[in-house]
Amino acid sequence: MTHSTTPDSEAAELETFRNETRAWLEASCPPEMRRPATSDADVFWGGRNAKFSSEPQRVWFERMRDKGWTVPDWPKEYGGGGLSAAEHKVLRAEMAKMGARPPLSSFGIWMLGPALLKYGTEAQKKEHLPKIAAGLIRWCQGYSEPNAGSDLASLQTRAESDGDDFVITGQKIWTSYANYADWIFCLVRTDPAAKKHDGISFILFDMTSKGVSTKPILLISGYSPFCETFFDNVRVPKSHVVGTVNRGWDVAKYLLQHERAMISGMGERGVGRPLGQIAADTIGTDAQGKLDDAMLRGQIASFDVDEAALAACAERAVDLAKAGQAHPAFSSAMKYYGTELNKRRYEILMSAGGVDALEWESERSRQGARPRAWLRTKANSIEGGTTEVMLGIVAKRILDLPGA
Amino acid sequence: MALVLTEEQSMLRDSARGLISDKAPVSHLRHLRDSKDPTGFSKEFWQSFAEMGFAGLLVPEEFGGSGLGCVEAGVVMEEIGRTLMPSPFLATSVVAASALTRGGNAAQKSDYLPKISNGSLLASLAIDEGAKHRPLQTNLQAVRAGNGFKLSGAKALVVDGHVADLLIVAARSAGSAGEREGLTLFLVNPAAKGVAVERTIMVDAHNAARIEFNNVEVNADSVLGEVDQGAGLLDGVLDIGRGAVASEMVGLSEDVFGRTVEYLKQRKQFGKLIGEFQALQHRAAELYVDIEITRAAVMKAMQALDADVAKAASAVAVAKARAGTTATRAVQEGVQMHGGMGMTDQFDIGFFMKRARVCEELFGDANYHAEQLARARGY
Repeated sequence: MTHSTTPDSEAAELETFRNETRAWLEASCPPEMRRPATSDADVFWGGRNAKFSSEPQRVWFERMRDKGWTVPDWPKEYGGGGLSAAEHKVLRAEMAKMGARPPLSSFGIWMLGPALLKYGTEAQKKEHLPKIAAGLIRWCQGYSEPNAGSDLASLQTRAESDGDDFVITGQKIWTSYANYADWIFCLVRTDPAAKKHDGISFILFDMTSKGVSTKPILLISGYSPFCETFFDNVRVPKSHVVGTVNRGWDVAKYLLQHERAMISGMGERGVGRPLGQIAADTIGTDAQGKLDDAMLRGQIASFDVDEAALAACAERAVDLAKAGQAHPAFSSAMKYYGTELNKRRYEILMSAGGVDALEWESERSRQGARPRAWLRTKANSIEGGTTEVMLGIVAKRILDLPGA
Repeated sequence: MALVLTEEQSMLRDSARGLISDKAPVSHLRHLRDSKDPTGFSKEFWQSFAEMGFAGLLVPEEFGGSGLGCVEAGVVMEEIGRTLMPSPFLATSVVAASALTRGGNAAQKSDYLPKISNGSLLASLAIDEGAKHRPLQTNLQAVRAGNGFKLSGAKALVVDGHVADLLIVAARSAGSAGEREGLTLFLVNPAAKGVAVERTIMVDAHNAARIEFNNVEVNADSVLGEVDQGAGLLDGVLDIGRGAVASEMVGLSEDVFGRTVEYLKQRKQFGKLIGEFQALQHRAAELYVDIEITRAAVMKAMQALDADVAKAASAVAVAKARAGTTATRAVQEGVQMHGGMGMTDQFDIGFFMKRARVCEELFGDANYHAEQLARARGY
């Protein structure tokens, strides 16, 4: 017997939706888009200068876009699919089942969109959301500064009032893909006299504005996913502020919850081959078919337990949010665990790869894809709030422990 | 299905919590232990539990039960875990009731299930033989004799075995230890000739027995399920039991964690509440996250069991493995953060540590279940 509160008719409708969705995905998702992207160049980010890396990528993106399924749960009037929470869950489950990639990767979708839906004016929503949904504009996030990392609210980039405009001067750092972005959502200080959380505003502007420049930062992975971003008297209309002037911290925090949920998702990937089988490729198996490295096998098994448990928790977090029972700081918990788990995953992959995983420049190693990805994961527990900051948030906001 | 409790399930939780925390707080266990109670649980309380429909929670309605599912059984187990209440619920209402419901013929069901539902019959699965849970290593011999069998061998950690009115005994009727083929489940009357029951007082002051079977005669009607083909039935029944114990460990972990966080907010050293120290804050936060993740994994497993027991094995392995490591961490941190007080018998925290250790061994520990998952995933 079942104990769902969903009335039978709703359950039947959802089942119909599931069958239709499965059939549509089966017919629409090219086989090439049913395996994980192997490099960042293989991911479609959209934007004014976007190029598709392959024909299947273009076809998949356009089909999904036309259904509004780049953002399945956004309202239709803003370019979304208008799906209910239950339908969205079904769509995600069906996509995961066939290993279908997201058709569009976008900070607009993951971070700015939810903030605009909550805090944006109608004009701002109409202006920006449809372009995010259609992949026309690529966004970047101007949060961290050289002296404002974990202590984000101490940011110093100034926005001075001048008639109908703000004039922005300062520097951001760790701006993901700023050199490819068309627009930026940015935290600026609009009242230097106020307490640090109180004088901040959340503002949007075009990266082609006069006075904006970017400089990529070379990382230990050999890649440059982040930039330094400089603003030299950039003029931005005041109408581009999201939410209330000087209350940008509310918007920033809300957006951070979505950012953390996004980063924590890096720890869970149900599709693809089990880690133990990947390890067996290089290490081999014994007569019983067990990985021929008992200690590593044990590490992988306990990783698999934790990964499956985290996936259940991510699913539950969504369900709790829908039921209105979620703690607002829970994304910090997920961010901490998901990123630490992803680092563990790559430590195992490096150990499993042995010597083969050490090559940095060769066709054979796809230009050192594995060691570069391993090094990239080390940023997971730093970006978007460090593990230590996340644990502090859990301790104070969820457990209500005393002090600072 | 959403991974949150439905309204009905929340109501069930509230009523179980109200009843258990009122009638059987940790002091109830302490009293049973200190008085060396021969039964080891409260029979009166078990009767009122049965009257509220809990004893027959998993039993189909046609046999006087409530006809609910594993999610609901998990909800009750979690509440039991919060106060460490010794109760026949696990052995009788979850494991034995599942075995009879899933494997019993019409006569067996109508003989036993109504009595389980009304609280008048206690039953217990006798499975483990060695130091560790290894169901396929079952070596208690079932030799054909006349129209029935003779059973010889010994079982350990038979939960509630000292008071059970009915034993469900896993035996080897063919093949040799380690093989899936050749396992048979038998319904055995513990008063039968050749059965010797020794109550074992355990570290957690809960109830278990060692039982010897010396040429115990059983007739053909005593076979539960099919001769030699018991492994499949046993897998399902054990998985339901594992999910139930994992649920108990979630309740146990949450309660010990709640007590620990409260202590961090009260205890002062160096002129500060110890909860102000970042070293303790971060450890408490990590433990909180561990418990939340484990709770989700256990709920997932219970839903999987309700959907299809035969397909739930991996979800159950994840749940039991996680619940074991999480509960172990929770009780260790609980004692450590309570300092010297945590080491005293007067303080309840030690009861949680002891129960967690037993739950970890029951139906396979974290290593056992991680091993199962590795095999299922082909490495």
